Formats: sequence, C-alpha cells, structure tokens
Amino acid sequence: MIDKKHIGYNFTPVTITVEEGRLKFLAKTLGETKGIYTDPDAAKAAGLPGLLAPPTFPFMLEIDALDLVDFISVLGETLEKLLHGEENFNYYAPIYAGDSITVRKKITDIIDKKGGALQFVISDNSFTNQHGIIVADTRTNYVFRHQ
Amino acid sequence: MTQPTFNSLNVGDEIPALTTPSVSRHTLALYCGASGDHNPIHVDLDFAKSSGLDDVIAHGMLSAAYLAQMLTNWVPQSALRSFNNRFTAMTQIGDTVSCSGKIVEKFEKDGEKFVRLELYTNTPETQTIAAEAVVVLA
Repeated sequence: MIDKKHIGYNFTPVTITVEEGRLKFLAKTLGETKGIYTDPDAAKAAGLPGLLAPPTFPFMLEIDALDLVDFISVLGETLEKLLHGEENFNYYAPIYAGDSITVRKKITDIIDKKGGALQFVISDNSFTNQHGIIVADTRTNYVFRHQ
Repeated sequence: MTQPTFNSLNVGDEIPALTTPSVSRHTLALYCGASGDHNPIHVDLDFAKSSGLDDVIAHGMLSAAYLAQMLTNWVPQSALRSFNNRFTAMTQIGDTVSCSGKIVEKFEKDGEKFVRLELYTNTPETQTIAAEAVVVLA
C-alpha cells in the first residue's frame, strides 16, 4: 500500500527544451500529416515560431521531467502494478519547438478503492514557458493494482 | 477546410471520425521512443507476462493522441481549451482505434462561444477511452 504521507509532495521543478526533431518523430509515429506538426517551413509560413506540439504533449513532458520508474520508487511501488486511469488537460497557450518548458508536479491525493485492492495516485502538473506563461495544466490519475 | 462555427453546429452533431491502422508492436516501439513513456509493459513481452498479461498492451495515451488528432483535423488546436480522458479498457496488439465524437452542449461564457463534446475511442471489441473536450468557436 502507498503511504498517504506522500499527499502534498512537490517534485523538484524541471525545465525541458522542446526539440524540433522529437516533434517530427512524434508526428510520424502518430501518422500526423498536417504541416504545422511536421514541416518547420510550413509552421513558419502559418505564422508560428516553430513546429506545434500536439495536444497530448504535456503528458510527455511530465514523464520527461520525472521518469515513471523514479516517480514510482518515491511511492515505494513497482512498475508492474501501474495503469493509467485518467489524463486531463487544460490549455492556455501553445507549445512550440524551441520552447523551454518548466514542469511542476505535485501529488495532490491518494485514494483507496475496492478495499485497498486499487489505489489512485493523483498528480497535478503545471507547464510554464520561457516567457513565464502557464501554457497548460494537467491532472494525472495513476492506478496501482495491489492484487 | 471550412472551419465549423458556433451557429452551424447543433447538439447531437457528430464530428468527422478517425480510424487508425491496426496497432502493431512497431507502432508501440516508435511511440515508446517518441513519447518518452518507456514503461516496458508496452514493448517487452517478458515484462508484460510478469505483470499478469498475455501480451504487451498499447499506451492509453497513444489512443488519446489519435483522439486529439481527430479534434485538430476538425478545428485548429488553438480552439481546444480542455481535453479529459478516462481510460476504460486496454488496447491490444492488432486492434484498430476508432475515434468518434459528438456535440453535447453549446454555451457562452465571458463573451466567448463554446461547444462541449463527448469523445470515444473503441477497438473492435470494446470502448477504451471515454473523453470530453471543450472547444471555443467563432
């Protein structure tokens, strides 16, 4: 069982540069063909400063900032038990290639389900760009199966 | 592409659907690297078996990314204000991911016009994500 003492735990903020090649790789993986996601020249022609990061990209920054294995070891758990329950995004501004995004992550709740057979660990995450603008915040529900 | 407008849409309208090719081990290997989600349950059969599964499973966020792609095929990404995903079942190797969505509410707030959508991903067997999005429209 995960100790509820972890509620309120703030992980050290991490700042990550959004790389153009990574966004191209991601677009290719997803079968994305729209130029603003795949072609820096098309993005510039559309008036954007660089390739646009897709809507689920903040979650990728969340796990870039804190590897799943490291996150789970803080909780005293193992990866075999982990499932993804929910992922919720609020968007305030775009993320582009070349941006420098600071990720802040906090454990805001730990909830026992089914008499402790499952535990939900809720993490609230915020993403701030190099201009000090919060571009997104997210809430992740990590599910741990104890049986 | 004609942009949808607030006045042109009605509650109950469906947005253009998206169905992906079947999810292969190769897809999951690429997504593991591209997304940074290195959980071996998605790429390592031995690890998946040690976790009590018969095979590797797809990343839930891969299906969420396809769902997001359906939305950005429909409206510019800047119109997307929130996108909430609840993972309801696992996606298996060989599954196609069918994304669909419909408008469930139209509302105005602080001088802006919004629609709320219910969104789903389904494999041939089951629903895998129940999601909701809020989109701002002119």
